[in-house]
Amino acid sequence: MDILIAGLLLGGTYALIAMGLNLQYGVARIMNLANGELLVAGGFAAFWIYTSGQVSPLAAIVLVAPAAFVLNWLIYRVMLRPLVNRARSRGQLEVDSILATFGLSFILVGVMLAIFGGDYFSYSYLATPVTLFGSNFGLNRVVAFLMASLIALALFLWLNLSRPGMAIRAVSVSPESAQLVGIDVRRLSALAFALGGAVTAVGGALISTFLTLDASIGILFTMKALIIVIMGGVGDIRGTIVAALILGLAETLVATVIDPGLTLAAAYLMFILILLFRPQGLFGRRTL
Amino acid sequence: MKRRDALKLTTATTLAAAGTLAAPAILRSTRAAGPIRIGAVAPKTGPLAGGATVSHWPNIYLWVEQVNARGGLQLADGPAMVELIEYDDQTNPGETIQAVQRLANQDDAHFILAPYGTGLNIAAAPIFDRLGYPQIAVTAITDQIEELAGNFPNMFFTLGSTTAFASAVAEIVAGLRDSGQIGNRVAMVNVADAFGIELAAAGRPIFEAAGLEIVYDQSYPLGTQDLSPVVRGAKDSQPDAFVAWSYPPDTFGLAEQAMIEDLDVRAFYSAVATCFPAYRDRFGASINNVLGAGGVNPTDPRFQEYAAAHQEVTGQEPDYWASATTYSSLQILEQAIEAIGEPDRAGVSEYLKANTFDTVLGDIAFNEHNNNERYWTCGQWQDGVFHGVASTGREGAVDVRLKEGWA
Repeated sequence: MDILIAGLLLGGTYALIAMGLNLQYGVARIMNLANGELLVAGGFAAFWIYTSGQVSPLAAIVLVAPAAFVLNWLIYRVMLRPLVNRARSRGQLEVDSILATFGLSFILVGVMLAIFGGDYFSYSYLATPVTLFGSNFGLNRVVAFLMASLIALALFLWLNLSRPGMAIRAVSVSPESAQLVGIDVRRLSALAFALGGAVTAVGGALISTFLTLDASIGILFTMKALIIVIMGGVGDIRGTIVAALILGLAETLVATVIDPGLTLAAAYLMFILILLFRPQGLFGRRTL
Repeated sequence: MKRRDALKLTTATTLAAAGTLAAPAILRSTRAAGPIRIGAVAPKTGPLAGGATVSHWPNIYLWVEQVNARGGLQLADGPAMVELIEYDDQTNPGETIQAVQRLANQDDAHFILAPYGTGLNIAAAPIFDRLGYPQIAVTAITDQIEELAGNFPNMFFTLGSTTAFASAVAEIVAGLRDSGQIGNRVAMVNVADAFGIELAAAGRPIFEAAGLEIVYDQSYPLGTQDLSPVVRGAKDSQPDAFVAWSYPPDTFGLAEQAMIEDLDVRAFYSAVATCFPAYRDRFGASINNVLGAGGVNPTDPRFQEYAAAHQEVTGQEPDYWASATTYSSLQILEQAIEAIGEPDRAGVSEYLKANTFDTVLGDIAFNEHNNNERYWTCGQWQDGVFHGVASTGREGAVDVRLKEGWA
């Protein structure tokens, strides 16, 4: 039971890290390597709002989300739109966007270093134990898990029940055909990218309540997000969530039963197995 | 680069001012009157950036500022201002080595400060040696001091050896057991990185020799996001003492998890970053009586004076371990250069081996293996101040207290 709950909580954290990237990659076709930096930026914003104004990180999300939305929309319009326009194929766009966002990640690290310095940023928020089924868990992790579930549910419902959501799914399946039925692919791609960025930043704000961040730690999160998105299947929010939970459970299981030193090995083993036997990911479609 | 420009500017104004007063003297000895270029390379980004930002860089800025405020280094030909040239090695040994080469060959640095971290210091040792620069390593904790100093005769060590750190913890825990305050069950965890692995390997036989029973012994990867399985496993083994050979992000994570799980041990030790002010600021009174690597004598007026200057110049508090040692290493370099009277690297290296230096930590001298034998090994948070509780010959250690819960 311990393992199950601890694994689910960790999986929730991973879902927060990866959901935004899935939107960005699945719809806008941008493999955003600056994902982790944006997550850290969200965490820094929450840290700063919390320490300077004593505003709860949960309330800070109200500010962080729209700010990240606007910032990511600008990044897409200014930096990535030209790449989209000149790309002749999806492959070319992926290569170009990987290079561009890789560069962007360095810029973001530099900006954060200049503003916040290279020191560790951590604060205690809701670091109180809650007892579930006889074991103690950090309240901040439980809250982050609940928020992750909420965000995932909202995204899932919006994508599957609303009209713009359906349009976004259409773009994710086939941008060309989507255009034929009158969907404004350019606008929706920008929207999906900005929304993905906002989700990532909110994830960062939540994660900062229990992880210690510094300006250059973003790459760790990018790696995790990449693995989860590819495991889950590109462009499917369910896949990301399932993959995140599986990864969380597997890591906790291995850490508890076998050896904490083998968690990374377990994660990569699963990644390799999925690449070998189901390269399109758990919920992915084979691309044409 | 801004800092460098600013320093150039101060140098230029000083030279101009000196020029109006003593133009002929300047013309005669232009070489010595030029600034002394000090190269520095350490992480500003990458995994070790957080630690370097606390313990390493601020001391370099403080020292340069203070030396120049005094009118520069007092050389045989008159005072020389210090010009700092700094590079970020991104916590990448390849970059460290390249930066050292660039500092020596292109920037023509007179001296190069040792990098940050055990791995980066050892990686850079051959290039320091080949280029003939003395390397006064601070944050390099290893049991290979004799071999390294044998291979690289200009490499110096100030912070101590792995065995000494492991022994200090074993002695403290064994001491508490001998006085009947705790049992002899120890849970030991380590980060799976060079530092943690070496300390755990050195620690196991030492703990066993002290008659302590290691009831839980696990490692976890660097950057682990969820330490609850580790802490829960340790708790299930019902230890009397918890020892973690940890690195900064997980040092914080272990403390938080220990509070959540209520890991109720009478002795709780974590290694690097336990002595950081950020650790106290985050956990407040909860971490009272937590043991950590390092230590200083915080009641020593010289340390207090140094800490106040550190706060004033850099806007942040020093940590209670490597900060003061880093600053001392710069004082040592300064005293050696001034004693030789010119930027003569070979002369400075010889002087370092033969003399005793007066620093904020007290006297420091190097033995035949270029090693400073007197250093702090373990400290403890006692009512908001991190006091040294164990050392190899420093004065001012206080008694160890028992950890009484996390409330």
